[in-house]
Amino acid sequence: MIRDVALGQFIPGKGIVHRTDPRVKIILLIAFITLIFCAFNFVSLAVVTAGIITTLALSEVSFKLYFKSLKVIIFIVIITSVLNMFYGTGDPIWQFGILKLTMSGIYRAVFVSIRIVLLILISSCLTFTTSPTDLTDAIERLMKPLKVFHIKVHEIAMMMTIALRFVPTLLEETDKIMSAQKARGADMDSGGLIKKVKAMTPVLIPLFVSAFRRAYDLAMAMECRCYQGGDGRTRMKTLHIKKLDVFCIIFAALILAGVVLCDIFITPII
Amino acid sequence: MSIIEAKNLSFTYGLKTPFEKKAVDNISLSVNEGEVIGLIGHTGSGKSTFVQMLNGLIKPTSGQVLLEGADIWSKPKEIRKIRFKVGMVFQYPEHQLFDETVYKDISFGPRNKGLSESEIDDTVKKAAKFVGLSDELLKQSPFDLSGGEKRRAAIAGVIAMDPDVLVLDEPTAGLDPKGRDLLLSQIMQYHRERKNTIFFVSHSMEDIARVADRVMVMSKGRLEMFDTPKKVFACADKLESIGLRVPEITKIMLTLKDKGYDVSDSILTVEQAFTEVVSLLKKEGKL
Ligand SMILES: Nc1ncnc2c1ncn2[C@@H]1O[C@H](COP(=O)(O)OP(=O)(O)OP(=O)(O)O)[C@@H](O)[C@H]1O
Ligand SMILES: [Mg+2]
Repeated sequence: MIRDVALGQFIPGKGIVHRTDPRVKIILLIAFITLIFCAFNFVSLAVVTAGIITTLALSEVSFKLYFKSLKVIIFIVIITSVLNMFYGTGDPIWQFGILKLTMSGIYRAVFVSIRIVLLILISSCLTFTTSPTDLTDAIERLMKPLKVFHIKVHEIAMMMTIALRFVPTLLEETDKIMSAQKARGADMDSGGLIKKVKAMTPVLIPLFVSAFRRAYDLAMAMECRCYQGGDGRTRMKTLHIKKLDVFCIIFAALILAGVVLCDIFITPII
Repeated sequence: MSIIEAKNLSFTYGLKTPFEKKAVDNISLSVNEGEVIGLIGHTGSGKSTFVQMLNGLIKPTSGQVLLEGADIWSKPKEIRKIRFKVGMVFQYPEHQLFDETVYKDISFGPRNKGLSESEIDDTVKKAAKFVGLSDELLKQSPFDLSGGEKRRAAIAGVIAMDPDVLVLDEPTAGLDPKGRDLLLSQIMQYHRERKNTIFFVSHSMEDIARVADRVMVMSKGRLEMFDTPKKVFACADKLESIGLRVPEITKIMLTLKDKGYDVSDSILTVEQAFTEVVSLLKKEGKL
């Protein structure tokens, strides 16, 4: 079924990572991503990996789900690492025409694939443990300084919230409409590309109709509750930095220090 | 003869994920040709899930559905053929309308079935007549119809496929009382002429009592009872314990009986109640 996509799905829970402030989580995610690309030798890469694995273990989300989110990108990993393998410099170990396999190419391939995998794992960790509303809330807070440049931060965040909110609803709706048309004998699985696209019309039209109906209803409901944009709006849930968040920041800082030290004292290999 | 049979049918949503949910739990039953089966149960009891397995829209996690004695999943590639034999009207079917005119929309099913143009025309007109859609409406865009008319158009779209088994998932939900009664009697009229088998999911005990030959009672995915409406609605206590109730009129008659009046406890409709009360009054010489 369409809904079985693991990438970017919130898994409710009460673990340490779930309870961490979403703003802190976003900043730490950015920090981790930077670190992944700042690790230039195996030791510092190992430090980052250890940090990320620890985070995943603390997240109390089963590793099966993480593997599932990796499945989606396995092709990208394979293609980029194969490309990188033949892209190195130095003495070739094996040569076929213009294709030169070098030691530095292999290192590069290993690095790139580990980096992509880590990137997906740590980003999945954020989306698995943070509800979409918390996420957009945090993004709104973090982008607040941009108001100086007359960027409508609240409106952007509201649009993101609504879009995210309706992803599962629309998927569910698609599922239902597809079932209803299949029940009327629609054939959606066989035939060539053109036939398949044509077969989607009975699904897409009702889907659009219902999306517009929902948008209209939502606009009406928001207006009825006197929604008027971000000005003068207060919040029910305000975010506060707690002890737990401080620990998380310290944890990330330690890894940062580890990576920087390793990068300084050990010769880079890529 | 049994036309459709379920054997140890189970279904679990989101198998092997944190959202695992057993929606249908080991249901076995056999339904005869021409029967009207009422299906009741609290919301979330698995009614919709169960009926969607009957035409192969969802594949059972375990167990079998036998249509005329043959497992519908024996040739997974040909599951589409089953959909023409077991027609299915979803909850809020008006959300599936898509074509330019009502006529074209109703003809979607028959066209997928591969009928010729003249056959399609014939079956569309017949189906529209059964649900009471005028020729005038057939030329309109389905999006311009009223809610009740949309519902009729959608039901006609399934009836037009002329299925041997017709599954209706809450066909009258969200209609006004008069519209409900009318739609229900039109469906029953169709049933009497076509003599097909009907599964009818409803939250209205009155409707079920009126039309069903046998009633399936589902609770938490399991089949709690499967018997005639008289026998099912005689178990008022059991029904109440699983969050259901008996038809209002049955309840009134049960109260009368509790108060010591000599009336039957298996009254299902107002007409039956009337005859029963009249005969009681006559017996006591008060009429
Ligand atoms: N697509 C789905 N994915 C996951 N769980 C589902 C899905 N559809 C239904 N369920 C769950 O399965 C259970 C049975 O649902 P089902 O729709 O069959 O109930 P129902 O008896 O038809 O209820 P209602 O009377 O409200 O229509 C419910 O607990 C529901 O949450
Ligand atoms: Mg249902």
